[in-house]
Amino acid sequence: MSERKIRVLVAKPGLDGHDRGAKVVARMLRDAGFEVIYTGIRQTPQMIAEAALQEDVDVVGLSILSGAHMTLCPKVVELLRAQGQDNVLVIVGGIIPEEDVEKLKAAGVAAVFGPGTPSQEYVNFIRNNVKVPA
Amino acid sequence: MSAVHTTRRPSIAALAEGVLSGHRLHLARAISRVENQEEDASELLAALYPHSGRAHIIGVTGAPGTGKSTLVTALAQSYRNAGLTVGVVAIDPTSPFTGGALLGDRVRMRSLAGDAGVFVRSMATRGSLGGLSKTTGDVVTVLDAAGFERILVETVGVGQAEVEIASTAHTTLVVEAPGLGDEVQAIKAGILEIADILVVNKADRPGADRTIRALEMMLEIEGDGARYVRHHGQLLRVESPLEGDEEAGWKVIVMKTVATEGTGVEALRQRIDAHRCWLLESGEMALREQLRIAHTLENILRAELNRRIASRIHPGNLDELVERIRRRESDPYSAAADLLAHL
Repeated sequence: MSERKIRVLVAKPGLDGHDRGAKVVARMLRDAGFEVIYTGIRQTPQMIAEAALQEDVDVVGLSILSGAHMTLCPKVVELLRAQGQDNVLVIVGGIIPEEDVEKLKAAGVAAVFGPGTPSQEYVNFIRNNVKVPA
Repeated sequence: MSAVHTTRRPSIAALAEGVLSGHRLHLARAISRVENQEEDASELLAALYPHSGRAHIIGVTGAPGTGKSTLVTALAQSYRNAGLTVGVVAIDPTSPFTGGALLGDRVRMRSLAGDAGVFVRSMATRGSLGGLSKTTGDVVTVLDAAGFERILVETVGVGQAEVEIASTAHTTLVVEAPGLGDEVQAIKAGILEIADILVVNKADRPGADRTIRALEMMLEIEGDGARYVRHHGQLLRVESPLEGDEEAGWKVIVMKTVATEGTGVEALRQRIDAHRCWLLESGEMALREQLRIAHTLENILRAELNRRIASRIHPGNLDELVERIRRRESDPYSAAADLLAHL
């Protein structure tokens, strides 16, 4: 009877308003059979963490093109962990310089996907890494 | 189908306790268990049910693009200003092809962020066709037990026949926008008939007055004081026995809003409150509660019977039957009767 779906929050933190990429990714995730909650642009880390909690998502996908990723992404991870969402997978897409990728991972980001990543890559990553409570 | 198993799954008792004491993560997880129809969901609902029945449930339905999400947001803010806590359940469709869904109602709800008196949950229809998902009623029960005083349920963008919201909500708003149809659309059966309040949103757009006139004309033909009863499993709308007594009947009226600017929203909230008062004073509330409970009970029974019957039919037998019917050696009606006779 149980009908569990992988739930993904797609959000754009910070002030850049370019959400074409985020919308394409949201659509790809929908077509992969996930339930995608799209929050739109100009979200603060607090808004993202709150939405992730209310929606009880398995994954938070952040799209950032503004260069503020080193401030915003670790903050989102920190807030999620503080509210008890230890298992939520945080993934980041957008323009992220090579040297920042490891730093983001050290801060708790599970994966970073740059421009041109085939959708199958992040879909598989989510399928293989979502932790479903027993 | 689960990937990695983790050990930190709270017990039903802990989860119920958390919901009742305002623990937001527990509330979110409780909703998931109910929505996913996990094995212990009925136990959880049994623990929460005695604490439900206090919230006023408001259904918001209408065609796609009429501004339901924006209106729900504006109403939620209006209730917050009045000091009431608000739960929101927003439903969007599941793809029949991939099983995935894009739930976008939160995009319009950003002004509700950061308020502990509000809890917003998006749900996908997961194959249901009535405008809600199968577990929407149960999720409303969880939010009700959690103490939210007003619960706004936003249906998927509906067409003409998705009327399930009327048996879930106490007050049903049907939202229209200018330019979507003519007078004939307004007199068709279905969704317009379930309205306790008709709302013409985007009322600053050209054609708004025409839409309002068309709807008001429909209401004049219908008369007022109508209500629903359950008759042989059918939802029927009948004229209230109290007809003629202006004080006692409920008059469905058309209200104008511009949700993006908040215009008309206070008046709409007051009208919803007036409907609530009328429900309570006229005894209609008890009737609607009966309807809601009967509907829930029926759904549970139907699902359980389906499951029991399906578990006793061997899939191999079914395939064989299908093949026989295809060869015209049997027909679907006789085959079904045969199958049931042998259970």
